[in-house]
Order: sequence, then C-alpha cells, then structure tokens
Amino acid sequence: MKLVIGIVRPEKANDVLESLYRADVRGVSMSRVQGHGGELERVETYRGTTVQMGLAEKVRFEIAVSDEFVEPTIEALCAGARTGEVGDGKIFVVPLEQAVRIRTGDTDMGAVTPVDK
Amino acid sequence: MSGPAAVAAVTGIDTGDTAWMLVATALVLMMTPALGLFYAGLVRSKNTLNTFMMCVGAIAVAAVTWAAVGYSIAFDGDGGLVGGLGNAFLHGVDFAPRDGTTIPELLFMAFQATFCIITVALISGAVVERMRFGAFLVFAALWSVLVYAVLAHWAFGGGWLQAGGTLDFAGGVPVEMGSGFSALAAALVVGARKDYGRQALLPHNAVYVLLGAGLLWFGWFGFNGGSGFSTGNPSVLAFVNTLLTPACTLVVWFALDLVRGRKVTAIGAATAIVVGCVAITPAGGFISPGWAMLLGALAALPSYAIIVWRTRTRVDETLDVLAAHGLAGFTGILFIGFFAELSWNGISDGLFYGNAAQLGDQALAALVTPVYAFVATFVLLKLIGLAMPLRASEREEGLGMDVVQHGEEAYVTGEGAILITPEAGIEAEVPVADPA
Repeated sequence: MKLVIGIVRPEKANDVLESLYRADVRGVSMSRVQGHGGELERVETYRGTTVQMGLAEKVRFEIAVSDEFVEPTIEALCAGARTGEVGDGKIFVVPLEQAVRIRTGDTDMGAVTPVDK
Repeated sequence: MSGPAAVAAVTGIDTGDTAWMLVATALVLMMTPALGLFYAGLVRSKNTLNTFMMCVGAIAVAAVTWAAVGYSIAFDGDGGLVGGLGNAFLHGVDFAPRDGTTIPELLFMAFQATFCIITVALISGAVVERMRFGAFLVFAALWSVLVYAVLAHWAFGGGWLQAGGTLDFAGGVPVEMGSGFSALAAALVVGARKDYGRQALLPHNAVYVLLGAGLLWFGWFGFNGGSGFSTGNPSVLAFVNTLLTPACTLVVWFALDLVRGRKVTAIGAATAIVVGCVAITPAGGFISPGWAMLLGALAALPSYAIIVWRTRTRVDETLDVLAAHGLAGFTGILFIGFFAELSWNGISDGLFYGNAAQLGDQALAALVTPVYAFVATFVLLKLIGLAMPLRASEREEGLGMDVVQHGEEAYVTGEGAILITPEAGIEAEVPVADPA
C-alpha cells in the first residue's frame, strides 16, 4: 500500500479528477494549498505597492492505493496535470502502514483502491 | 471655446425637472458598477476583477466616445438613419433646453451618456472569462458609436423608427435589444470558453449577484423615471411601474423555479429582477400599472425558457445577456403594441384599445433592431479580430484573467508576498516564467 500525493495546478484539478476516474482509481481527497516549487514568482501591483507573490495556489491530491495501482495513479496524475510549463507540480509516493475503512472496520487492502477487486 | 451661450438664466428651464434629472443621471451611472458586481459574482473567482473591470472600462471608453461623436450621431437633427456631426465634441451643447424638454441640453447629454455606458457594459457579459481586456476596450469604443448611437438615433433622436411611430420609453431598442442581440453575435465570434460544456463553470459569489441586481433595480428608477426628462406624469408612471413589473417577474420566476427544481433559487431571483426591469424599460410611461404587472409576469416566461435551453447548446453566451436583455426588451416593445393606453400616456392606444397600427410600429422595431445589432456587431468583431487577437490563450484562460490581464487578484491573501522596492525594478511580467 502506498499513499500517492500529487500537488497540481488548481486549473488542472478537474482534468486530474477525470483521468483518475478513467484509470479506475477511487477514493481521493483533495485540498487547496499554497506552495512554492522553484518556479519564478509572479509580480502583482496594488495601488503602487508592487509585490512578488512567492506562493502559488495549488491543489493537493491524496490517494491511498494498493501496490499494483501506484503506477496507474501516477500516470493519471501526470496525464491530467501536465502542461509542460514550470509549475505543473510534484508527485510523492510514500509507504502506508495501515488503512481502516471506518464504516466496516475493513483494514489494509480491503480499505484502499480498488474496492471491488 | 467661445464659452457657454448664456451664463444668466436661460428661459424654458424648469428647476424641478433639472433637479430630478441631475439625480437620475447619477442613478443610471451607478447601474454600471452595479452590473459589474452582478457579473463578477456570476463568474469564477479567478476572473472577478477582469469581469468587473470590463464594466469600469465601458464607463471610461463610452463616456469619451459619447462626448466626442456618439451624442451627435444620436441626437443632432432628425435624419432618417443617423444624426449629424453638428454636436461633435459637444459643440453647441450648453445650458439652453433641448427642444421638447425643460432641462439643459448639457444635462440631457450626460443622462443619455449613462445609457450608452451601461449598454456597452452589458455586452461584456457574453464574452467574460476569455476576451482580452484591450480588445474589449477597442470593441467598446467602436460599438458605442457604430451600433449604440445609431440605434439611439432611431428610437430617441428623431430617426426613422421614432418618426414612424414606434414607442420606446427608456431604451427597449438601443439598450435592451441592442445589447442582447449584440451579445449573441459577440459570443459567436469570440467563441466559447475552453472548459465550456466540459466542466461545471459556477457562479463564485451569489451574494454579489443579488446585491448587484438590487443596486441595478435601485438605479433603474433613475433610468426609467428619468426617461420622461421631467417630473411629469410619464416619469411618475414609469417610476412606479419600475417597482411593480419586476416584483411580478420575481413572483412568476419563483413559481417556475418551484415547478422545475422544487426550490426557489437566489441567482434565479437576481435574474428575474433584471428581466422585469428590462421588460418595463420600453413600456414604462406608456402602459397602466395594471398592465405593467401583467407584463412583468409574462416577461418571465420567454427569458426563463431561453436560459434553460441556452445552457444545453454550444453557444457560450456566458451571462445570458440575450435572455435577460434582448428577449425581455423584445417582450416589452411588443407589449406596448397591445396595451398602450391613451388615457395613461396621452400619445397612443395599442391593439387592445382599438389601434392596431401601434402594434405594427412596435413589431417593426422588434424585427429590425435585432437584425441590425446582430449583423453590425458580428462584422465589427470580425474586423477587430483581423487587427488583434480577441481572446486570451488557453493557458492564460486557465490561469484566470485577473492575474493575466491586470496583475491583481480579487482574493489575494498576501501570504508569501515579498515587497519589491522601486529601485529593485520589475523584470517578470508573466505569472509563471521559464525555469532558472
């Protein structure tokens, strides 16, 4: 079991959800975050006050999957989120010790994607 | 300049009328920022400022073009198709009353300017979230003269429609049908947003939408109530009808919402206010309060139907200017032909009171105005499109027009923002640039 964390552009979040769905990946959390990944900052001006916006709006996906679903999930994230320009985001895969489905008490493989296999 | 014709009191001016028209002009000007708020609430948060700024841009551009040539084309002389250039750059527009009114022509010009401004702003609703700001300003300048001023001449300035007997109290022809059918053309030329029909593109702040609609209604009392250019009976009638008609539209809209979705919606209510105000715009001073209430109820039906239908098509006329303004204006113009009442307006009866000819005059305006507005706007935007790109790139559209076009955000947090001192200079201009 792995936890796949994908940090993507907010405007690509819908495309990511769509490609995850096509890849049969179920069970997704997403949250809005602010981050900085090496891209150049954008400059904004508010009535004479000019600032560099060091942090950009991003969307963070968290997807717990069984091992055989790690690659399809990564591929789906890349397919949905890539524009080819700096700022497309990052994917982190971390080992997952335990998963519990609260409703049934199912643990581990029974509690992560996929549900029906 | 040789100075105003008369510094002393000018005969023929009524101080009461002038006082009201000063207030009415300010009320109508306020409608454009109100429209900006209404529109801004209807778009996604990343396009809030750009949407609002299109309305602010309309004030900037249309006020200037109106003073330069628009007013003259609309109101100089009674030529059939267009007015003259005798009042260009406000030549001869001073404290003397305009013929047929009791207010200074200078004030009359300013009142009419606010109509031109809001009409230009209305069209932006069709192209928000993708049209480039610069291209919109160019369009606004040309459209205000080539389409608005011409239609205003036809309906208000002694042009062929008015001379032929068409009744239009406060702008069903130039403002409502003019903007609505131009909006349809603009949506077709500029094209749909890249995500249209693929993703749910939802209003980001329904409170802005309701507050904007409320302020529009408030301003509309000046818009309709001022279109009699006096404090006389036609103005009073139009003013009161501006209260009654939208209320009836609201009631019917609630019912339609209930039947269709079992819930009364807030954004539906905001739309109904606008539809009702639009419907009474051409008819305000011509029909009795009773018929005005029926008009409000009737006007809800076609506009509601078109809004439901339009969202199922590929036509991304984003904020439904055609349904809310074009169609409701069409309904109001035709309604005059049926229910105008000589005993209320002192000018003419409609079909219901035995004068079928009035319906013919109204139908002519309802046919010709949409055709001219649509064709002229379509051609104008195509020509502008040859000179400059009309819309932002897909990438820019994804980022949002606020950051791309204005370098600002509506809901900036300031977290992680680093102050740049003027000496340091600014190099980057694009939000996301190449890697170091």
